[in-house]
Amino acid sequence: MDCSHVFEFKVNRLIVVFTLFLALFSATPAAFAQVDSVTTDSTHAETKAEKKFDIGKFALHHIADSHSWHVIGHTYINLPVILYTPSGLVTFSSGDFNHDDEATVVVERKGQRFVKMHEKIYYASEIANAHGQYVELDEKHHALNARPLDLSITKNVCTLFLSIIVLLAVFFNVASGYRKRKGKSPKGLQSWMEPIILFVRDDIAKPNLGHKYERFMPYLLTVFFFIWFNNMLGLVPFLPGGANLTGNIAVTMILAIATFGITVFNGNKYYWKHIFMPDVPWWMYIVMVPVELFGIFTKPIALMIRLFANITAGHILVLSLICLVFVFNSLYIAPISIAFAVFIGAIELLVAFIQAFIFTILSALFIGMAIEEHH
Amino acid sequence: MELLLPEFGLVIFQSIAFLLLMFLLAKFAWKPILAAIKEREQSIDEALNKAELAKQEMARLTSQNEELMKEARAERDLILKEAKTLKDNILNEAKTQAHNEGSKLIEKAKIEIENQKKAALAELKNQVSTLSLDIAERVLRNQLQDKAKQEDLVANLLKDVELN
Repeated sequence: MDCSHVFEFKVNRLIVVFTLFLALFSATPAAFAQVDSVTTDSTHAETKAEKKFDIGKFALHHIADSHSWHVIGHTYINLPVILYTPSGLVTFSSGDFNHDDEATVVVERKGQRFVKMHEKIYYASEIANAHGQYVELDEKHHALNARPLDLSITKNVCTLFLSIIVLLAVFFNVASGYRKRKGKSPKGLQSWMEPIILFVRDDIAKPNLGHKYERFMPYLLTVFFFIWFNNMLGLVPFLPGGANLTGNIAVTMILAIATFGITVFNGNKYYWKHIFMPDVPWWMYIVMVPVELFGIFTKPIALMIRLFANITAGHILVLSLICLVFVFNSLYIAPISIAFAVFIGAIELLVAFIQAFIFTILSALFIGMAIEEHH
Repeated sequence: MELLLPEFGLVIFQSIAFLLLMFLLAKFAWKPILAAIKEREQSIDEALNKAELAKQEMARLTSQNEELMKEARAERDLILKEAKTLKDNILNEAKTQAHNEGSKLIEKAKIEIENQKKAALAELKNQVSTLSLDIAERVLRNQLQDKAKQEDLVANLLKDVELN
């Protein structure tokens, strides 16, 4: 299979990002000059406080999972917290934490005390520390407390359900179109989705899987549309979107495990022979077999990291560009940061599709390698 | 690097939800959709093949028609030609026959005329001889009323006989 276009795109993307950063740096002196002229009027203490704005913390907070869903201003949707503890399931609203995310509010249920810190729930310590936090912290300010098994309906879980409802609605509708207008040309949503379904079938499944492609079509189509829809949903900055589901390592891990499972369970004798008894002199086995065995695992791990990193990077990039306003503490930077955010947003729209495509085509490639017949 | 650590809850939800999604979509969406697309593609292929066959059939029929027309035209020409020769033959035959008949009739007429002429001549001869005899009788009768003349005559006759 010729994957060169994939790498070509990666290179292009790198170039785009690189030039963007160069452009940012070249624009910096002027921006700084503005900031200086503005901030000279305000007090020094304020300037110092505002200059401490931590862009990394802000971005990481926004791409991470959350127990509440921010609507607008101070309005939040409090999502349910479900914990599995030694004394059974504990459920309560995340609103009980009062939007505290620094472990200062303790919620007591079934004789157990919980605190929330950085969107993670811990068993609370008996006494608060100097900052009023009911957790023990290490030197990097990470909580050391034990954690209950957290099965909460978080923002990502909500988005997961929402995306599944959207996917089911869309494709049941498409399927009903085929039932109603049997043998006729597609119409509406059906004609919108059919070329993409055909694209998955003719350009992803058939070239990589050969004549046995039909068995794997349900998985490839599901994975493709799941990733694509969620990538797009993640790009929507307000309520139904905004979660970073396909940029979450747990989600990409499950998807990669699915590909890994299908590859391993469908691998034929040629595939296993290639791994355990490759056609090389026997003394090469010492090197070859571990390398090949390692390769079985690196492929899905690469799938997992690629999707996670690409989507997360896109979100961080957009967030960082928006944050420039706060970093420079000037509204004059807004046009520049919005222009770049729109530009990156457009690229992300493309990336949403390309990443779904890459994940699916590589899955098909790995499965194809495992089921390939040698004569 | 909290980002790189999968959250247990999301892992559980994602695996269950994804499996469920795949099951539902495979059963109620992908299967009918792919089957319908395949069916439609097959029917389109079939229709195209049929159209191609029909086109070939049409071409074949057209060429056949052409052939038939050509044949018919040739046959017509042949028939016309034959008719013409037949007509010519008949005409010629009729002509010769008429000619022959004519000449035959003429011949017959000639013979008849000759016959008639002969008959008439014979009749005439008879008549003439009868008349001559009659005349001769009457003349003789008149002449032989006297005896002298009768003797004269006999003498003459005898003279003649002697001379012979």
